Amino acid sequence: MADRGDLDRAGLGLGLKALSRGERVLLAGIALFLLFLGTFIHAGIAADRAEHATAANRALASRLTLTDLALFTEARYTRNLSQADLHAAFQDHPGALEHFPTGALVGPPHRDPHAAASLAPETTLSR
Amino acid sequence: MPPHPWLQRQRYLVDFTVGALGRRKGRNLALVAVYALIVFVLASVLLFSQALRHEAATLLSGAPEVTVQRLVAGRHDLIPGTYLERLGKVRGVTDARGRLWGYYYDPVVAANYTLLVSPDDPPPAGKIRVGSTLATTRGLGVGDVLSLRGHDGQPYAFTVDATLSPDSALLTADLILVNEQDFRAFFGIPTGLYTDLILTVPNPREVTKVAEKVLRALPDTRPIVREEILRTYAALFDWREGMVMVLLSGAVLAFIIFAWDKASGLSAEERREIGVLKAIGWETSDVMAMKLWEGLLISVFAFLLGYLAAYVHVFGLAAALFGPVLKGWSVLYPDFQLSPHVEAFQVFTLFFLTVFPYALATVVPVWRAAIADPDAVMRL
Repeated sequence: MADRGDLDRAGLGLGLKALSRGERVLLAGIALFLLFLGTFIHAGIAADRAEHATAANRALASRLTLTDLALFTEARYTRNLSQADLHAAFQDHPGALEHFPTGALVGPPHRDPHAAASLAPETTLSR
Repeated sequence: MPPHPWLQRQRYLVDFTVGALGRRKGRNLALVAVYALIVFVLASVLLFSQALRHEAATLLSGAPEVTVQRLVAGRHDLIPGTYLERLGKVRGVTDARGRLWGYYYDPVVAANYTLLVSPDDPPPAGKIRVGSTLATTRGLGVGDVLSLRGHDGQPYAFTVDATLSPDSALLTADLILVNEQDFRAFFGIPTGLYTDLILTVPNPREVTKVAEKVLRALPDTRPIVREEILRTYAALFDWREGMVMVLLSGAVLAFIIFAWDKASGLSAEERREIGVLKAIGWETSDVMAMKLWEGLLISVFAFLLGYLAAYVHVFGLAAALFGPVLKGWSVLYPDFQLSPHVEAFQVFTLFFLTVFPYALATVVPVWRAAIADPDAVMRL
Protein backbone atom coordinates (compact mmCIF):
# COMPACT_ATOMS: atom_id res chain seq x y z
CA MET A 1 0.00 0.00 0.00
CA ALA A 2 1.31 3.44 -0.86
CA ASP A 3 2.21 5.53 2.14
CA ARG A 4 1.52 9.25 2.40
CA GLY A 5 4.88 10.18 0.96
CA ASP A 6 4.30 8.01 -2.11
CA LEU A 7 0.87 9.52 -2.68
CA ASP A 8 2.17 13.07 -2.36
CA ARG A 9 5.07 12.33 -4.69
CA ALA A 10 2.64 10.84 -7.22
CA GLY A 11 0.48 13.92 -6.85
CA LEU A 12 -2.47 11.71 -5.90
CA GLY A 13 -2.82 12.88 -2.35
CA LEU A 14 -3.70 16.43 -3.49
CA GLY A 15 -2.33 17.59 -0.18
CA LEU A 16 -5.45 16.33 1.58
CA LYS A 17 -3.47 13.78 3.55
CA ALA A 18 -1.49 16.62 5.07
CA LEU A 19 -4.70 17.95 6.64
CA SER A 20 -6.06 16.76 9.92
CA ARG A 21 -9.31 14.78 10.05
CA GLY A 22 -11.20 17.81 11.36
CA GLU A 23 -9.88 20.00 8.55
CA ARG A 24 -10.95 17.45 5.96
CA VAL A 25 -14.45 17.33 7.45
CA LEU A 26 -14.58 21.14 7.42
CA LEU A 27 -13.44 21.15 3.78
CA ALA A 28 -16.17 18.66 2.92
CA GLY A 29 -18.65 20.93 4.71
CA ILE A 30 -17.44 23.95 2.73
CA ALA A 31 -17.74 21.96 -0.51
CA LEU A 32 -21.33 21.01 0.39
CA PHE A 33 -22.09 24.63 1.28
CA LEU A 34 -20.74 25.79 -2.09
CA LEU A 35 -22.96 23.22 -3.80
CA PHE A 36 -25.86 24.56 -1.71
CA LEU A 37 -25.13 28.10 -2.94
CA GLY A 38 -24.78 26.63 -6.42
CA THR A 39 -28.44 25.52 -6.34
CA PHE A 40 -29.49 29.19 -6.14
CA ILE A 41 -27.21 30.08 -9.05
CA HIS A 42 -28.44 27.08 -11.03
CA ALA A 43 -32.08 28.02 -10.34
CA GLY A 44 -31.38 31.55 -11.59
CA ILE A 45 -29.63 30.35 -14.77
CA ALA A 46 -32.32 27.72 -15.46
CA ALA A 47 -35.07 30.32 -14.98
CA ASP A 48 -33.30 32.64 -17.45
CA ARG A 49 -32.94 29.80 -19.93
CA ALA A 50 -36.62 28.87 -19.56
CA GLU A 51 -37.68 32.51 -19.89
CA HIS A 52 -38.27 32.21 -23.64
CA ALA A 53 -40.61 29.22 -23.27
CA THR A 54 -42.29 30.78 -20.22
CA ALA A 55 -42.91 34.05 -22.08
CA ALA A 56 -44.32 32.12 -25.05
CA ASN A 57 -46.66 30.18 -22.76
CA ARG A 58 -47.70 33.35 -20.96
CA ALA A 59 -48.50 34.96 -24.31
CA LEU A 60 -50.42 31.84 -25.39
CA ALA A 61 -52.48 31.90 -22.18
CA SER A 62 -53.22 35.55 -22.79
CA ARG A 63 -54.05 35.07 -26.50
CA LEU A 64 -56.36 32.11 -25.92
CA THR A 65 -57.80 33.76 -22.78
CA LEU A 66 -56.93 30.67 -20.73
CA THR A 67 -57.72 30.87 -17.04
CA ASP A 68 -56.45 27.54 -15.73
CA LEU A 69 -53.69 24.95 -15.92
CA ALA A 70 -54.50 21.64 -17.58
CA LEU A 71 -53.49 19.77 -14.42
CA PHE A 72 -56.76 18.16 -13.34
CA THR A 73 -58.69 17.16 -16.41
CA GLU A 74 -60.60 14.32 -14.76
CA ALA A 75 -63.80 16.28 -14.14
CA ARG A 76 -65.34 19.41 -15.55
CA TYR A 77 -65.30 21.11 -12.17
CA THR A 78 -61.61 20.48 -11.66
CA ARG A 79 -60.38 21.21 -15.20
CA ASN A 80 -61.03 24.94 -14.90
CA LEU A 81 -60.83 25.23 -11.16
CA SER A 82 -61.07 28.98 -11.03
CA GLN A 83 -64.22 28.92 -13.19
CA ALA A 84 -65.95 26.00 -11.48
CA ASP A 85 -68.76 26.59 -9.02
CA LEU A 86 -66.91 24.96 -6.17
CA HIS A 87 -69.34 26.64 -3.80
CA ALA A 88 -71.90 23.99 -4.76
CA ALA A 89 -71.81 21.07 -2.33
CA PHE A 90 -72.54 18.43 -4.92
CA GLN A 91 -71.15 18.88 -8.39
CA ASP A 92 -72.88 16.29 -10.51
CA HIS A 93 -76.26 15.78 -8.92
CA PRO A 94 -77.70 16.08 -5.41
CA GLY A 95 -75.93 13.64 -3.11
CA ALA A 96 -72.96 13.06 -5.42
CA LEU A 97 -69.92 13.71 -3.31
CA GLU A 98 -67.37 15.58 -5.35
CA HIS A 99 -64.14 13.69 -5.48
CA PHE A 100 -61.59 16.38 -6.16
CA PRO A 101 -59.96 16.58 -2.71
CA THR A 102 -59.35 12.86 -2.74
CA GLY A 103 -57.83 13.07 -6.21
CA ALA A 104 -54.46 13.68 -4.63
CA LEU A 105 -54.63 10.49 -2.60
CA VAL A 106 -56.29 8.08 -4.99
CA GLY A 107 -54.01 6.60 -7.59
CA PRO A 108 -54.78 6.76 -11.31
CA PRO A 109 -57.23 4.11 -12.52
CA HIS A 110 -55.75 1.02 -14.14
CA ARG A 111 -57.36 1.16 -17.53
CA ASP A 112 -57.59 -1.80 -19.81
CA PRO A 113 -57.26 -0.51 -23.39
CA HIS A 114 -59.26 -3.48 -24.67
CA ALA A 115 -62.13 -2.97 -22.24
CA ALA A 116 -65.43 -1.72 -23.62
CA ALA A 117 -65.55 2.07 -23.59
CA SER A 118 -67.78 3.50 -20.92
CA LEU A 119 -70.27 6.12 -21.99
CA ALA A 120 -70.78 7.54 -18.53
CA PRO A 121 -69.01 10.88 -18.30
CA GLU A 122 -66.60 11.72 -15.47
CA THR A 123 -66.14 8.22 -14.20
CA THR A 124 -62.40 8.17 -14.55
CA LEU A 125 -61.85 7.89 -10.82
CA SER A 126 -63.76 4.62 -10.38
CA ARG A 127 -61.64 1.54 -10.22
CA MET B 1 1.26 34.50 9.39
CA PRO B 2 -0.01 32.10 12.06
CA PRO B 3 -3.81 31.88 12.31
CA HIS B 4 -5.68 33.81 14.98
CA PRO B 5 -5.53 31.96 18.35
CA TRP B 6 -9.34 31.69 18.43
CA LEU B 7 -9.39 30.08 14.98
CA GLN B 8 -6.55 27.78 15.98
CA ARG B 9 -8.51 26.77 19.07
CA GLN B 10 -11.65 26.05 17.00
CA ARG B 11 -9.58 23.96 14.60
CA TYR B 12 -8.32 21.80 17.44
CA LEU B 13 -11.83 21.53 18.83
CA VAL B 14 -13.15 20.38 15.43
CA ASP B 15 -10.30 17.88 15.20
CA PHE B 16 -11.15 16.51 18.62
CA THR B 17 -14.91 16.48 17.88
CA VAL B 18 -14.45 14.62 14.60
CA GLY B 19 -12.25 12.12 16.42
CA ALA B 20 -14.91 11.68 19.13
CA LEU B 21 -17.62 11.24 16.49
CA GLY B 22 -15.39 8.71 14.72
CA ARG B 23 -15.30 6.56 17.84
CA ARG B 24 -19.08 6.03 17.47
CA LYS B 25 -18.97 6.06 13.69
CA GLY B 26 -21.88 3.71 12.95
CA ARG B 27 -24.28 5.44 15.30
CA ASN B 28 -23.42 8.94 14.11
CA LEU B 29 -23.50 8.04 10.42
CA ALA B 30 -26.93 6.46 10.92
CA LEU B 31 -28.07 9.62 12.69
CA VAL B 32 -26.83 11.86 9.84
CA ALA B 33 -28.47 9.55 7.27
CA VAL B 34 -31.89 9.59 9.00
CA TYR B 35 -31.60 13.33 9.68
CA ALA B 36 -30.70 14.00 6.01
CA LEU B 37 -33.60 11.82 4.88
CA ILE B 38 -36.06 13.91 6.90
CA VAL B 39 -34.58 17.15 5.48
CA PHE B 40 -34.71 15.59 2.00
CA VAL B 41 -38.41 14.81 2.29
CA LEU B 42 -39.34 18.23 3.72
CA ALA B 43 -37.14 20.11 1.23
CA SER B 44 -38.52 18.10 -1.72
CA VAL B 45 -42.09 19.02 -0.84
CA LEU B 46 -41.07 22.64 -0.25
CA LEU B 47 -39.08 23.03 -3.49
CA PHE B 48 -41.67 21.28 -5.63
CA SER B 49 -44.57 23.31 -4.26
CA GLN B 50 -42.62 26.57 -4.64
CA ALA B 51 -41.80 25.79 -8.27
CA LEU B 52 -45.36 24.73 -9.09
CA ARG B 53 -46.86 27.80 -7.40
CA HIS B 54 -44.40 30.05 -9.22
CA GLU B 55 -45.14 28.37 -12.58
CA ALA B 56 -48.91 28.76 -12.10
CA ALA B 57 -48.56 32.41 -11.08
CA THR B 58 -46.27 33.19 -14.03
CA LEU B 59 -48.39 31.47 -16.67
CA LEU B 60 -51.73 32.74 -15.41
CA SER B 61 -50.54 36.32 -15.04
CA GLY B 62 -51.83 36.73 -18.63
CA ALA B 63 -55.33 35.40 -17.81
CA PRO B 64 -58.30 37.74 -18.42
CA GLU B 65 -58.63 40.45 -15.76
CA VAL B 66 -62.34 39.72 -15.22
CA THR B 67 -64.38 36.72 -16.37
CA VAL B 68 -68.16 37.06 -16.09
CA GLN B 69 -70.29 33.93 -15.77
CA ARG B 70 -74.04 33.77 -15.65
CA LEU B 71 -75.61 31.74 -12.87
CA VAL B 72 -79.03 30.12 -13.22
CA ALA B 73 -80.37 28.34 -10.15
CA GLY B 74 -76.89 28.61 -8.70
CA ARG B 75 -75.19 26.83 -11.60
CA HIS B 76 -73.05 28.14 -14.45
CA ASP B 77 -75.20 28.79 -17.54
CA LEU B 78 -74.75 30.27 -21.01
CA ILE B 79 -74.63 34.06 -20.99
CA PRO B 80 -76.39 36.24 -23.58
CA GLY B 81 -74.24 38.41 -25.82
CA THR B 82 -76.57 41.34 -25.04
CA TYR B 83 -74.79 41.63 -21.68
CA LEU B 84 -71.63 42.67 -23.55
CA GLU B 85 -73.07 46.06 -24.41
CA ARG B 86 -73.85 46.85 -20.75
CA LEU B 87 -70.51 45.56 -19.56
CA GLY B 88 -68.62 47.57 -22.17
CA LYS B 89 -70.10 50.75 -20.65
CA VAL B 90 -68.70 50.06 -17.17
CA ARG B 91 -65.98 52.63 -16.47
CA GLY B 92 -62.52 51.05 -16.52
CA VAL B 93 -63.46 48.36 -19.05
CA THR B 94 -61.72 48.88 -22.40
CA ASP B 95 -62.88 45.68 -24.08
CA ALA B 96 -65.63 43.09 -23.51
CA ARG B 97 -65.74 39.85 -25.49
CA GLY B 98 -67.69 36.63 -25.44
CA ARG B 99 -65.79 33.40 -24.87
CA LEU B 100 -66.88 29.98 -26.08
CA TRP B 101 -65.53 26.86 -24.47
CA GLY B 102 -66.89 23.57 -23.26
CA TYR B 103 -66.05 20.02 -22.29
CA TYR B 104 -66.36 16.84 -24.26
CA TYR B 105 -66.11 13.45 -22.61
CA ASP B 106 -64.40 11.01 -24.93
CA PRO B 107 -65.30 7.41 -23.98
CA VAL B 108 -62.47 6.05 -26.14
CA VAL B 109 -59.78 7.27 -23.75
CA ALA B 110 -62.12 7.99 -20.79
CA ALA B 111 -60.99 11.59 -20.58
CA ASN B 112 -62.43 15.07 -20.81
CA TYR B 113 -61.32 17.37 -23.60
CA THR B 114 -61.65 21.14 -23.46
CA LEU B 115 -62.98 22.65 -26.68
CA LEU B 116 -62.19 26.32 -27.03
CA VAL B 117 -62.92 28.80 -29.76
CA SER B 118 -59.65 30.45 -30.64
CA PRO B 119 -60.28 34.20 -30.30
CA ASP B 120 -57.82 35.16 -33.02
CA ASP B 121 -56.51 33.13 -35.92
CA PRO B 122 -59.13 30.37 -35.58
CA PRO B 123 -58.67 27.17 -37.59
CA PRO B 124 -60.62 26.89 -40.86
CA ALA B 125 -64.04 25.18 -40.87
CA GLY B 126 -63.80 21.46 -40.16
CA LYS B 127 -60.26 21.81 -38.83
CA ILE B 128 -58.96 21.68 -35.26
CA ARG B 129 -55.71 22.29 -33.43
CA VAL B 130 -55.04 19.89 -30.58
CA GLY B 131 -52.89 19.88 -27.44
CA SER B 132 -49.80 17.67 -27.56
CA THR B 133 -50.89 15.34 -24.72
CA LEU B 134 -54.25 14.74 -26.37
CA ALA B 135 -52.56 14.13 -29.72
CA THR B 136 -50.23 11.56 -28.15
CA THR B 137 -53.03 9.84 -26.22
CA ARG B 138 -55.26 9.54 -29.29
CA GLY B 139 -52.33 8.96 -31.66
CA LEU B 140 -53.20 12.01 -33.76
CA GLY B 141 -50.96 13.81 -36.21
CA VAL B 142 -51.49 16.63 -38.69
CA GLY B 143 -54.01 15.57 -41.34
CA ASP B 144 -55.61 12.87 -39.16
CA VAL B 145 -59.36 12.92 -38.57
CA LEU B 146 -60.86 13.03 -35.08
CA SER B 147 -64.51 12.03 -34.96
CA LEU B 148 -66.52 13.31 -32.02
CA ARG B 149 -70.21 12.80 -31.22
CA GLY B 150 -72.10 16.08 -31.30
CA HIS B 151 -75.05 17.25 -29.18
CA ASP B 152 -77.46 15.74 -31.74
CA GLY B 153 -75.79 12.34 -31.60
CA GLN B 154 -74.28 12.78 -35.04
CA PRO B 155 -70.55 12.21 -35.57
CA TYR B 156 -68.56 15.31 -36.45
CA ALA B 157 -65.28 14.69 -38.25
CA PHE B 158 -62.56 17.23 -37.59
CA THR B 159 -59.23 17.24 -39.38
CA VAL B 160 -56.16 18.05 -37.30
CA ASP B 161 -54.71 21.24 -38.67
CA ALA B 162 -51.82 21.47 -36.22
CA THR B 163 -50.72 20.23 -32.82
CA LEU B 164 -49.82 22.71 -30.10
CA SER B 165 -46.26 22.82 -28.83
CA PRO B 166 -45.42 20.26 -26.11
CA ASP B 167 -43.73 23.14 -24.26
CA SER B 168 -47.20 24.55 -23.55
CA ALA B 169 -48.60 21.23 -22.28
CA LEU B 170 -49.20 22.64 -18.81
CA LEU B 171 -51.80 24.94 -20.40
CA THR B 172 -52.95 23.03 -23.45
CA ALA B 173 -52.68 19.29 -22.69
CA ASP B 174 -56.36 18.53 -23.34
CA LEU B 175 -57.20 21.51 -25.52
CA ILE B 176 -58.98 21.38 -28.88
CA LEU B 177 -59.11 24.72 -30.71
CA VAL B 178 -62.03 25.08 -33.12
CA ASN B 179 -63.68 27.96 -34.92
CA GLU B 180 -66.94 29.54 -33.74
CA GLN B 181 -69.28 28.05 -36.36
CA ASP B 182 -68.03 24.49 -35.73
CA PHE B 183 -68.26 24.97 -31.97
CA ARG B 184 -71.86 26.24 -32.11
CA ALA B 185 -72.93 23.47 -34.51
CA PHE B 186 -71.20 20.76 -32.45
CA PHE B 187 -72.62 21.77 -29.06
CA GLY B 188 -75.91 23.20 -30.41
CA ILE B 189 -75.32 26.65 -28.93
CA PRO B 190 -77.37 29.32 -30.73
CA THR B 191 -75.73 32.51 -31.99
CA GLY B 192 -75.81 35.25 -29.38
CA LEU B 193 -75.02 32.97 -26.44
CA TYR B 194 -71.57 32.54 -24.92
CA THR B 195 -70.00 30.33 -22.25
CA ASP B 196 -68.81 33.42 -20.41
CA LEU B 197 -67.64 36.95 -21.07
CA ILE B 198 -64.21 38.43 -20.49
CA LEU B 199 -63.43 42.03 -19.70
CA THR B 200 -60.17 43.87 -20.25
CA VAL B 201 -59.36 46.26 -17.41
CA PRO B 202 -55.95 47.87 -17.99
CA ASN B 203 -55.70 49.47 -14.55
CA PRO B 204 -55.17 46.75 -11.92
CA ARG B 205 -56.50 49.03 -9.17
CA GLU B 206 -59.88 49.24 -10.90
CA VAL B 207 -60.43 45.49 -11.28
CA THR B 208 -62.24 44.95 -7.96
CA LYS B 209 -64.36 48.05 -8.50
CA VAL B 210 -65.29 46.84 -11.99
CA ALA B 211 -66.29 43.43 -10.59
CA GLU B 212 -68.53 45.17 -8.02
CA LYS B 213 -70.14 47.28 -10.74
CA VAL B 214 -70.73 44.18 -12.89
CA LEU B 215 -72.47 42.46 -10.00
CA ARG B 216 -74.66 45.52 -9.40
CA ALA B 217 -75.55 45.93 -13.08
CA LEU B 218 -76.13 42.22 -13.73
CA PRO B 219 -77.12 40.49 -10.49
CA ASP B 220 -77.41 37.04 -12.11
CA THR B 221 -73.68 36.98 -12.90
CA ARG B 222 -70.55 35.90 -11.09
CA PRO B 223 -67.46 37.95 -11.90
CA ILE B 224 -64.15 36.17 -11.36
CA VAL B 225 -61.12 38.44 -11.16
CA ARG B 226 -57.60 37.37 -12.09
CA GLU B 227 -56.40 37.74 -8.51
CA GLU B 228 -58.92 35.06 -7.50
CA ILE B 229 -57.59 32.72 -10.19
CA LEU B 230 -54.05 33.20 -8.89
CA ARG B 231 -55.24 32.74 -5.30
CA THR B 232 -57.08 29.56 -6.27
CA TYR B 233 -53.84 28.00 -7.49
CA ALA B 234 -51.78 29.29 -4.58
CA ALA B 235 -54.34 27.81 -2.18
CA LEU B 236 -54.49 24.57 -4.13
CA PHE B 237 -50.75 23.93 -3.92
CA ASP B 238 -50.66 25.12 -0.32
CA TRP B 239 -53.36 22.58 0.46
CA ARG B 240 -51.52 19.77 -1.27
CA GLU B 241 -48.24 20.76 0.36
CA GLY B 242 -50.02 20.80 3.71
CA MET B 243 -51.56 17.41 3.08
CA VAL B 244 -48.20 15.82 2.28
CA MET B 245 -46.73 17.49 5.36
CA VAL B 246 -49.55 16.04 7.49
CA LEU B 247 -48.82 12.58 6.11
CA LEU B 248 -45.13 13.08 6.86
CA SER B 249 -45.68 14.59 10.27
CA GLY B 250 -45.64 11.15 11.94
CA ALA B 251 -42.17 10.45 10.57
CA VAL B 252 -41.00 13.96 11.43
CA LEU B 253 -42.30 13.66 15.01
CA ALA B 254 -40.63 10.26 15.40
CA PHE B 255 -37.37 11.82 14.26
CA ILE B 256 -37.75 14.79 16.60
CA ILE B 257 -38.22 12.41 19.55
CA PHE B 258 -35.26 10.32 18.41
CA ALA B 259 -33.00 13.31 17.83
CA TRP B 260 -34.06 15.02 21.04
CA ASP B 261 -33.37 11.86 23.00
CA LYS B 262 -30.00 11.45 21.32
CA ALA B 263 -29.03 15.10 21.66
CA SER B 264 -30.35 15.88 25.12
CA GLY B 265 -29.56 12.66 26.96
CA LEU B 266 -25.95 11.81 27.56
CA SER B 267 -24.77 8.22 27.57
CA ALA B 268 -22.60 6.99 30.43
CA GLU B 269 -19.69 6.89 27.99
CA GLU B 270 -20.20 10.56 27.05
CA ARG B 271 -20.44 11.55 30.73
CA ARG B 272 -17.19 9.74 31.46
CA GLU B 273 -15.59 11.48 28.48
CA ILE B 274 -16.65 14.90 29.82
CA GLY B 275 -15.35 13.97 33.26
CA VAL B 276 -11.98 12.95 31.84
CA LEU B 277 -11.73 16.15 29.81
CA LYS B 278 -12.51 18.23 32.89
CA ALA B 279 -10.04 16.27 34.96
CA ILE B 280 -7.21 16.90 32.46
CA GLY B 281 -7.89 20.63 32.57
CA TRP B 282 -10.57 21.44 29.98
CA GLU B 283 -12.71 24.46 30.83
CA THR B 284 -16.51 24.11 30.94
CA SER B 285 -16.65 26.47 27.95
CA ASP B 286 -14.29 24.19 25.97
CA VAL B 287 -16.45 21.14 26.64
CA MET B 288 -19.55 23.04 25.59
CA ALA B 289 -17.88 24.41 22.47
CA MET B 290 -16.82 20.88 21.57
CA LYS B 291 -20.37 19.57 21.97
CA LEU B 292 -21.79 22.54 20.07
CA TRP B 293 -19.43 21.70 17.22
CA GLU B 294 -20.66 18.11 17.37
CA GLY B 295 -24.30 19.21 17.11
CA LEU B 296 -23.54 21.70 14.33
CA LEU B 297 -21.46 19.26 12.30
CA ILE B 298 -24.19 16.61 12.40
CA SER B 299 -27.10 18.95 11.74
CA VAL B 300 -25.44 21.16 9.09
CA PHE B 301 -24.10 18.14 7.19
CA ALA B 302 -27.52 16.47 7.35
CA PHE B 303 -29.22 19.66 6.17
CA LEU B 304 -26.84 20.23 3.25
CA LEU B 305 -26.95 16.58 2.14
CA GLY B 306 -30.75 16.41 2.46
CA TYR B 307 -31.32 19.73 0.68
CA LEU B 308 -28.95 18.93 -2.20
CA ALA B 309 -30.54 15.49 -2.67
CA ALA B 310 -33.98 17.15 -2.67
CA TYR B 311 -32.88 19.71 -5.30
CA VAL B 312 -31.63 16.93 -7.59
CA HIS B 313 -34.79 14.88 -6.90
CA VAL B 314 -37.19 17.72 -7.71
CA PHE B 315 -35.48 19.42 -10.63
CA GLY B 316 -33.32 16.60 -11.99
CA LEU B 317 -35.63 13.64 -11.51
CA ALA B 318 -38.95 15.54 -11.80
CA ALA B 319 -39.88 14.74 -8.16
CA ALA B 320 -40.40 11.08 -8.98
CA LEU B 321 -41.28 10.24 -5.36
CA PHE B 322 -43.99 12.81 -4.55
CA GLY B 323 -44.90 14.24 -7.95
CA PRO B 324 -48.19 12.37 -8.37
CA VAL B 325 -49.49 13.53 -4.98
CA LEU B 326 -48.44 17.15 -5.42
CA LYS B 327 -49.33 17.56 -9.08
CA GLY B 328 -52.52 15.54 -9.20
CA TRP B 329 -53.24 13.18 -12.03
CA SER B 330 -55.68 12.43 -14.81
CA VAL B 331 -55.84 10.34 -17.99
CA LEU B 332 -54.67 13.32 -20.04
CA TYR B 333 -51.83 14.52 -17.89
CA PRO B 334 -49.48 17.18 -19.20
CA ASP B 335 -45.86 16.18 -19.34
CA PHE B 336 -43.98 19.20 -18.11
CA GLN B 337 -40.64 20.04 -16.60
CA LEU B 338 -40.66 22.60 -13.81
CA SER B 339 -38.05 25.30 -14.03
CA PRO B 340 -36.19 25.59 -10.72
CA HIS B 341 -37.41 28.30 -8.43
CA VAL B 342 -35.89 28.63 -4.97
CA GLU B 343 -37.10 31.12 -2.40
CA ALA B 344 -34.21 31.92 -0.07
CA PHE B 345 -36.53 32.82 2.82
CA GLN B 346 -38.25 29.44 2.79
CA VAL B 347 -34.94 27.59 2.54
CA PHE B 348 -33.62 29.64 5.45
CA THR B 349 -36.75 28.81 7.45
CA LEU B 350 -36.20 25.12 6.77
CA PHE B 351 -32.55 25.50 7.79
CA PHE B 352 -33.49 27.29 10.99
CA LEU B 353 -36.15 24.74 11.92
CA THR B 354 -34.02 21.69 11.22
CA VAL B 355 -30.51 22.73 12.29
CA PHE B 356 -30.81 24.97 15.32
CA PRO B 357 -33.10 22.90 17.55
CA TYR B 358 -30.73 19.95 17.29
CA ALA B 359 -27.56 21.99 17.81
CA LEU B 360 -29.05 23.71 20.85
CA ALA B 361 -30.48 20.49 22.29
CA THR B 362 -26.95 19.08 22.49
CA VAL B 363 -25.69 21.95 24.63
CA VAL B 364 -28.04 21.92 27.65
CA PRO B 365 -27.24 18.43 29.05
CA VAL B 366 -23.54 18.98 28.39
CA TRP B 367 -23.63 22.18 30.38
CA ARG B 368 -25.21 20.27 33.28
CA ALA B 369 -22.54 17.57 33.12
CA ALA B 370 -19.71 20.02 32.51
CA ILE B 371 -20.40 22.18 35.56
CA ALA B 372 -20.45 19.13 37.80
CA ASP B 373 -17.40 17.87 39.66
CA PRO B 374 -15.29 15.67 37.29
CA ASP B 375 -14.92 12.99 39.93
CA ALA B 376 -18.69 12.81 40.48
CA VAL B 377 -19.35 12.71 36.73
CA MET B 378 -16.88 9.87 36.19
CA ARG B 379 -18.33 7.85 39.07
CA LEU B 380 -21.87 7.95 37.58
